[in-house]
Amino acid sequence: MGSGISQRSAEMAVALLTLVIGLTVVIASYQLGSKWANDGPQAGYFPFYVGLLICIGSVANFVACLRNGAATTQPKLFAEWEGLRRVAAVLVPAMVFVAGVYLIGIYLSSMFYIAAFMVLLGKYRIWKGVAVGFGVSFVLFLMFEIWFQVLLPKGAYNILSFVGH
Amino acid sequence: MHGFSVVLTPYNLVLMFVGVFLGIIVGVLPGLGGANGVAILLPLTFSMPPTSAIVMLSCIYWGALFGGAITSILFNIPGEPWSVATTFDGYPMAQQGRAGEALTASFTSSFFGALVAIIMITFIAPAVASFALEFGPPEFFAVYFLTFCSFIGMGKEPPFKILVAMMLGFALAAVGIDIVTGQLRLTFGFTELLRGFNFLIAVIGLFGIGEILLSMEEGLSFSGKTAKLNMKIVLQTWKKLPRFWGTAIRSTIIGCWLGITPGGATPASFMAYGIAKRTSRNGAKFGTGELEGVVAPEVANNSAGTSALLPMLALGIPGSPTAAVLLGGLLIWGLQPGPLLFVEQKDFVWGLIASMYLGNLASLILVLTCVPFFAAILRIPFSIIAPVIVVICAVGAFTVNNAMGDIWYMLAFGVIGYAFKKLDYPLAPLVLALVLGDQAESAFRQSMLISQGDVRVFFSNGLVGSITSLALLALFWPLLAKMVARLRKGAG
Repeated sequence: MGSGISQRSAEMAVALLTLVIGLTVVIASYQLGSKWANDGPQAGYFPFYVGLLICIGSVANFVACLRNGAATTQPKLFAEWEGLRRVAAVLVPAMVFVAGVYLIGIYLSSMFYIAAFMVLLGKYRIWKGVAVGFGVSFVLFLMFEIWFQVLLPKGAYNILSFVGH
Repeated sequence: MHGFSVVLTPYNLVLMFVGVFLGIIVGVLPGLGGANGVAILLPLTFSMPPTSAIVMLSCIYWGALFGGAITSILFNIPGEPWSVATTFDGYPMAQQGRAGEALTASFTSSFFGALVAIIMITFIAPAVASFALEFGPPEFFAVYFLTFCSFIGMGKEPPFKILVAMMLGFALAAVGIDIVTGQLRLTFGFTELLRGFNFLIAVIGLFGIGEILLSMEEGLSFSGKTAKLNMKIVLQTWKKLPRFWGTAIRSTIIGCWLGITPGGATPASFMAYGIAKRTSRNGAKFGTGELEGVVAPEVANNSAGTSALLPMLALGIPGSPTAAVLLGGLLIWGLQPGPLLFVEQKDFVWGLIASMYLGNLASLILVLTCVPFFAAILRIPFSIIAPVIVVICAVGAFTVNNAMGDIWYMLAFGVIGYAFKKLDYPLAPLVLALVLGDQAESAFRQSMLISQGDVRVFFSNGLVGSITSLALLALFWPLLAKMVARLRKGAG
């Protein structure tokens, strides 16, 4: 058991976050009009109470958290730093991948993403990474562009235009 | 019977096998589970005629139901939450070299469980549907209310967490243009939010990306047992299975009952296992590799997964997240599930039911013949599979609305899914609220319009009153149960 973020702090943080979301919903609904107009409930009526319930629930969760100082059923740690590092190792490249789609389109971006993932995290040889990346990308291309006739984003710099798509 | 003729076109048959095949792969791979897989493949079916599309999707559903068992038995990794109970005896059997037996038992049990549920649907669904024709807005809202209250009252997570998750789903459903007044809600001036949040994106993110993040954090590596599956083993196991007919029937009843109520396949499998353990002669040996211990949960989870389709078709209320995705799909095609579906779209409904029988059979055949192939998929190292799954999810997310923004939402939902799973916030109510939110709200508003603002409309007649009371009962069940227990303790 290493060090990391405690379950308790994570719980409290999330409860506070949902409380903020709840308050946002309540305020926005109130501004929209959450009362009874003569032709029925206003647009904000339903969301107002939804937001209210979120707030009530969040407070209850927060209080429950404070009370369960040392809960026995929950694990002590939300996540170890080591584990979070691994999560970031998936999440950050994924974000770069999505950003890449804007620039060079999905086929090329996914090829680089898979290749980079394999080489940097899986410690594969570069040629293997590129081969698998290209292979998957190619299969996707066949499946979507040609078979399903579904057009996927090609990015701002359409490098694949020479293929005629 | 007419339904079979609708389904048995060569095109549909091919789709059926393709669907089952994809479904099994999806069930086997982590992160792509039943609901997520159906969600990703849903937009691809837009170009197909609705009947073919639903045939393929329901076969994917089957494949996923069967697929979860493969990883549970060979790798001790449940591919789906409802396959957890299968690992209890399935994996020990694999460790003893009896994996082929375990797999055969699990697939056959799944087939049986699903078959019974389909037969039940065939006979009960039209009756439920015609009964539901008497429903007006208050009755519909009461049924939605019952669904959500049972989640809160009967869920195993802390009730206030369930409440928050569910209400977040409703809030997300409300974002965008309000259907009734045309006003923009909760968009805060961002034009990106005009689209609102599509449930498919949420499902792909929460269940798919979330699962990947979770697996990544735990640093899972797959090293499973090998399985020899040939006709000899299959036949031998089939000879042993009829002994457990009692367990099978019990488990099927549990599965069908829990599947219809928004309990779902997961509690059904655990309950069936627990009851089988107590009632079986070999109960004490459960957990060491008892064949019966595989039969019970697999029968139950397939019955439950299948009967979850009954309320979806007849009432428009999905009994599980995957059924919710299928429901969303039907809505997108302009088919309104519910009593009118049986009246207006008879071809479609009976075609779907026929495809369920055939899909079930196709799954069994495919699964018995291809196990080594599917097991091999899991040996692909995580560093290759993970990015590929992310790419597939991203493509799936994009094809829903052809919107890049949705892919970012998918990632955001992924983080939410990861955090929620770790903190014991349930995802199913969130998804259900997202899918049903708009409908529930409009049923509520229409009821209020009818009654001019009087909440007592929900008790205005016997039918709606009893449903609403049942809902309140379900909501406060845990409190009531505690009070009753305390009274008993006081008296005794």
